[in-house]
Amino acid sequence: MYAYDTLDRTFVAQRTAQFREQVRRRLANELSEDEFKPLRLRNGLYLQLHAYMLRVAIPYGLVSADQLRALARIARRYDRGYGHFTTRQNIQFNWISLKDAPDILNDLAAVEMHAVQTSGNCIRNITTDQFAGVAADEIEDPRPWAEIIRQWSTNHPEFSFLPRKFKVAVTGSASDRSAMRVHDIGVRLVRGIDGAIGFEIWVGGGLGRTPMIAQLLRGFLPKEHLLGYLEAVLRVYNVEGRRDNLYKSRIKILVSTLGIERFRDLVEAEWTLTSGPGLRLETAGIARMQSHFRAPPYADMPGRSREFEAKRLEDSAFARWAKANLFPHKQPGYAAVTISLKPIGGVPGDLTAAQMDAVASLADAYSLGEIRVTHRQNLVLAHVPQDRLHDLWRALDALDLATPNLSRATDIIACPGMDYCGLATARSIPVAQRLSERLAALDEQYDLDQLSINISGCVNSCSHHHVGHIGILGLEKGGAESYQVTLGGSSAEDAAVGRIIGPGFGAEDVVDAVETILITYLGQREDSERFLDTVRRVGQDPFRRALYKQP
Amino acid sequence: MQIIRLIEGQPATDIDVWTRIDDGEPLPEYAPTMVSLARWRSGRNDLVRRNVAVGVRLASHETLEGLAGDLERLDLIALDFPNLNDGRHFTTARLLRERHGYRGEIRATGQVLRDQLFAMARCGFDSFDLQAHQSAESAREAFSEISVVFQPAADGRTAAHAIRTGGAGAHFSAS
Repeated sequence: MYAYDTLDRTFVAQRTAQFREQVRRRLANELSEDEFKPLRLRNGLYLQLHAYMLRVAIPYGLVSADQLRALARIARRYDRGYGHFTTRQNIQFNWISLKDAPDILNDLAAVEMHAVQTSGNCIRNITTDQFAGVAADEIEDPRPWAEIIRQWSTNHPEFSFLPRKFKVAVTGSASDRSAMRVHDIGVRLVRGIDGAIGFEIWVGGGLGRTPMIAQLLRGFLPKEHLLGYLEAVLRVYNVEGRRDNLYKSRIKILVSTLGIERFRDLVEAEWTLTSGPGLRLETAGIARMQSHFRAPPYADMPGRSREFEAKRLEDSAFARWAKANLFPHKQPGYAAVTISLKPIGGVPGDLTAAQMDAVASLADAYSLGEIRVTHRQNLVLAHVPQDRLHDLWRALDALDLATPNLSRATDIIACPGMDYCGLATARSIPVAQRLSERLAALDEQYDLDQLSINISGCVNSCSHHHVGHIGILGLEKGGAESYQVTLGGSSAEDAAVGRIIGPGFGAEDVVDAVETILITYLGQREDSERFLDTVRRVGQDPFRRALYKQP
Repeated sequence: MQIIRLIEGQPATDIDVWTRIDDGEPLPEYAPTMVSLARWRSGRNDLVRRNVAVGVRLASHETLEGLAGDLERLDLIALDFPNLNDGRHFTTARLLRERHGYRGEIRATGQVLRDQLFAMARCGFDSFDLQAHQSAESAREAFSEISVVFQPAADGRTAAHAIRTGGAGAHFSAS
């Protein structure tokens, strides 16, 4: 993974000292809350319902065992003993006091981490495929590019006061596991006509109250021009993006108002003028960055592990977990393991300090000391020898971290909702917990694979409910919580916004409604058709009839 | 009134010599005169004929469109920040320095806060009309809190990636 040099260390140390001084001035009332707010936000600090929340950056979701142990120490010392992984591959701590924030950033800096640009109207953490570097379907490892973009966007002087937040995802595979098309900019590595590798640039995706799927801005961009082109897109947005209405300020609104052709004309015109030598990436610089992400020293092993096959036959619980939570590795004899942070009835994405320490030790023992955070709020150990999967599974099971439900009905994505968040209009965590409990049996019986249920507690849609196969949006109607259900969304390469099925459901009834939807699906599906394909084939009517008791 | 000015990259407190003239007001005879973009457009000839320094101030929604040919006649361009969140003129300043090669004074006016000064300087601003309640002493420190930059901008500093590959100096320069 990327290792800091003196320049990175100096920057993070200076930035931490700068924020410490800003906090001091705020506490001494030399800074008003209005003046302080954009400063604390760009350092990851939100004010929530009960306390400050600190969102720590995990660039493209990659964290070392030592870094995870540092996060555990922070959870113990400054929070209530746990942390929450987010849909942008970061971690947040929900019970922080303002005076502690500079010390936490100091502790983070000691392990080459920070909270820079995890919030505020600037370029946010760059995200990518959690299987980057190990996926067999990869054209090229996207992480060096994510790191190149991260550095360019760090403290960018021109783009520190954008109309609104700006999110970039990078993927190196045709199967999109990064939700690239719901980002402000999606970057996809592709092979051009002449065989050279470059980028597709997508623009204008985003969720919130006006969900939109990104459109193709440029079909092929040579590698050396990545930063120049991004700078041109950001510049057009900074000048032309709306600033009069919070809900119309994202780049998606600009792109849809101008139309993709006109937007493209503006970007290309700007790009021809900005693509000076300063932003052109030199081959040596690219190679240097790629060397940080070289494949680790794998052992030579046969493609099929006898040990693994034998254990699968004799231990059905292990077999079930292996079926759900493993991803094929490009290196023979290895597998990428997803650790589900969705125990039945638990809080999606939460991990205790003790579990963080334990996962760090397991990463050291089984997976070359490296952990990845997925945008579905789970963790990945990316380099596990198949021979050792059964041992790892037993260790995870003892930590309550072996739930065999990846991409299943109970692998629910949920935002913090009204239990923490000042913006929420309804609770999401308790709904996720009750759903998880209700659906567990159905899941076990039918193995409801490739299903995504996403629950947001307000229209800002932090859990991406618009692109959940089943999306649930919690609203407040006449003093009571009402949950609106959408079907047919997707954040993958077949990205789509789900459609509302009908009137909303009360907090008690929404669990029944989802169960009804799944039972209807089981009656309608052909062979092993996944839920999304059934919805696309049969439409909403069968579900609507079942839900609203229509003939 | 006092302003912060960058002289060869170093911040100093200075007296503001510019007179801000509103659109209906008569022009002063000698004092350096700062007018709106509309006034510049309508009274360009009168303003140039006086042989006194002229500056134009741009509201946050105004751009350089139509002004490029006039830049060499302008000693100052004041870019206004109406609130904390409007960052359009960060782009305007970079365009002035890097695309149009403007060498006059670029001043930040309006809601100018100490903690934005570093970014403004990187984009090419060299004078700052600081909000009255802010300490000038503290503001001067704002320019040296961060010494590492990760992208080329209008200040000619070498970005980290260029230092690493030994490509120092291959960048835009303000002067």
